[in-house]
Amino acid sequence: MNAVPLGSLAAGSRALVAGFVQEDAFAQRLMQLGLIEGASVEILRCAPSGDPIEISVMGYALSLRRAEANLILVSPEPT
Amino acid sequence: MTTQPAPPTPRRVVVTLGNPNTGKSTLFNALTGLNQRVGNFPGVTVEHLSGTLTLRSGTVNLVDLPGTYSLSAQSPDEMVAVDVLMGGVAEVGQPDVVLLILDGTNLRRNLFLASQVLEIGLPVVIALSMTDLLERQGVSLNLTRLGELLGGPVVPVLAGQAEGLEALKGALEQALTAPQPSSLRLNPALAAAVQTLVAELAGTGVAAAATEVERALIDEQGYAEKRLCDRAGEPWRERLAATRQALAQGRNLATLEARDRYSWINKVLAEVEQRSARRTGWREALDRYLNHPLWGSVAFVLSMAVVFQSVFAWATPLMDLIDGGVGALSGQVRDSLPPGLLTDFVVNGIIAGVGSVVIFLPQILILFAFIILLEDSGYMSRAAFLVDRLMRWCGLSGQSFIPMLSSFACAVPGIMGTRVIANPRDRLATILAAPFMTCSARLPVYALLISAFVPAHSWLGGFINLQGLVLLAFYLLGMLGAIVTAYLVTRLRKSESTSRFLMEMPPYRMPSLRSLGLKLLARARIFLHRAGTLIFSVTLVVWVLSAFPRTSTGDSPNAEAPSMEASYLGRMSQALTPAFAPLGWDWKVTAAVVASLPAREVVIAVLGTLYAVEASDAAGEARLINRLQDARHPDGSKVFSLPMALGLMVFYALCLQCVSTLAVMRRETNSWKWPAIAWVYMTSLGYLGALACFQLGSAL
Repeated sequence: MNAVPLGSLAAGSRALVAGFVQEDAFAQRLMQLGLIEGASVEILRCAPSGDPIEISVMGYALSLRRAEANLILVSPEPT
Repeated sequence: MTTQPAPPTPRRVVVTLGNPNTGKSTLFNALTGLNQRVGNFPGVTVEHLSGTLTLRSGTVNLVDLPGTYSLSAQSPDEMVAVDVLMGGVAEVGQPDVVLLILDGTNLRRNLFLASQVLEIGLPVVIALSMTDLLERQGVSLNLTRLGELLGGPVVPVLAGQAEGLEALKGALEQALTAPQPSSLRLNPALAAAVQTLVAELAGTGVAAAATEVERALIDEQGYAEKRLCDRAGEPWRERLAATRQALAQGRNLATLEARDRYSWINKVLAEVEQRSARRTGWREALDRYLNHPLWGSVAFVLSMAVVFQSVFAWATPLMDLIDGGVGALSGQVRDSLPPGLLTDFVVNGIIAGVGSVVIFLPQILILFAFIILLEDSGYMSRAAFLVDRLMRWCGLSGQSFIPMLSSFACAVPGIMGTRVIANPRDRLATILAAPFMTCSARLPVYALLISAFVPAHSWLGGFINLQGLVLLAFYLLGMLGAIVTAYLVTRLRKSESTSRFLMEMPPYRMPSLRSLGLKLLARARIFLHRAGTLIFSVTLVVWVLSAFPRTSTGDSPNAEAPSMEASYLGRMSQALTPAFAPLGWDWKVTAAVVASLPAREVVIAVLGTLYAVEASDAAGEARLINRLQDARHPDGSKVFSLPMALGLMVFYALCLQCVSTLAVMRRETNSWKWPAIAWVYMTSLGYLGALACFQLGSAL
């Protein structure tokens, strides 16, 4: 498994959620919003200066800071 | 046969619950109409709306809970939903039915909260919103099957168009008369463990509801665990940890909960959802531009410029119309009433005072219209996304942007809007910074003083003019005050949690004109109510103080109005004037400012009254602006020099002259401490700012 932080991906890329750096209350909140293991995410776009970023998950759009996205680990989507 | 309606005791309770951005408040408004009250839950800062819903079988108390994505709680505020659902809040009582509002276009995530609520075991009715957008997304849903799987009727509603409301009322009626508690159970082992713990707690004399114990188990270090251990004793922390470990078997219970719920959701949706090709429409295209790093920023600046430009350009004809109406009315009254005390009171007290405030109604409504449109269309979230980085610079996040922008219209809804900010310190910083934003009540003061004292130079064929620039400068001054205040609060106060910026970007929606109209009507009503009560009373007091004591002269049948200096008002303000003389204020300005401490827009009304009284025997039609321009100190120098007028505006920019704002601050922070601090802080800043402006300006 070569999981990388979600925040390291460029706009337009897709990946699968692999886990969290730390399973704390914030990770729980993200999971409740649909970022569970195996969920497909897409980086839609970034704000000016590259932060925050907007992602698509479970069919809706969510924005979060790059530092927060880095707490989410993702693996490449199988093609 | 006639049937009497059932006696209303005990009153039946329906609780509405749903994710944010589902149209929950629109539905609540459509169901209750104007029949609603605002209340506070004890000990927390969240507010709830409750209203009366009339069904055929009688009335029901409908209680609206704050929008939430989940029942897990990190703070007392977030625990309110669990407590209300468990019947633990005396003000609400035991809910008979839960009305769940689910966004049909976002069902997967919305069903997460639904699955938590369904496990509680209360009768549930589901209102499915946004169903008009489903087709466009290429989704069709089998609502009957969805209802069977969820264990409650599913009713599609379009609250904005009042569609589906009758069917929803019917379903609620059915659920109230023949309740069918939901019976979803996703993790039987967890449910059994919760039952054991509840029984054990009861054995030690601690009554705890099942859902409360379940949250304490799942949300490690969350608020439910903290509260339970406070009540049952510290050893319970270990008891909970042991149960948690046994259940999770090396995993994290919260992770397992999310996994279980989403796998149940996937099973449900696999049965009820049919997807065909999604039509990409204008929404996606719009986001490509409006959220683009470059074009998005350009669009943001342009939209802000249009808002402020239009507040002036579009409002002028309407304001002239009101101005003409007020003038005609006072002329009419003066002609038809005999001269004397009554006419003086009606013309100079009521019409001049209240009229000079009502004239700003168009500007205020245009500003509110823009802010409501930006919110309802979904653009506000995009703007928050674009400016998050900028806001971080003063210690806040993009989530503070929406309350701040609303504060341009009025700090009261702005401060109420801070509830979306999860971090308590950031929320406090936003609450304290919001009153600095140039609200619509400051606008009349600026508009009056700028048009009276700033020359109307213009460049580039009228595209840029000096008056507009000065106004812009005052908006910027307000923002600067807000930024510095937020910076100070976020630096001086330690935060218990890291600030986060986690925000749903709702799809763009065509704002409904009906909903815009209703909201504007409510705003106009609030403004006119203030003009009719608070502003009217202050004006009345000022007029009485300025028209008495009456003096008698030998040859006149009526007692004459005293000279302004000799009136009660004149004497009182002259006593206060030494404190404000360093700001360049004479006693009339002092009187107007002091009278406007409860509501800043009163200053216009008071100046209107004060200067009208003096000019009543003159031509009478001269407008307030000309009267201010001609006002003189006893030594013959002009009262309103440019530095003094600018200083006065600086005072209004920085000072917190608004009882409504203080009241809402007290409600949202649950103490008088913060409104008191804010008042002293802002009033001192206003005084010092005006002092600096006048002294430096006069010295130059």
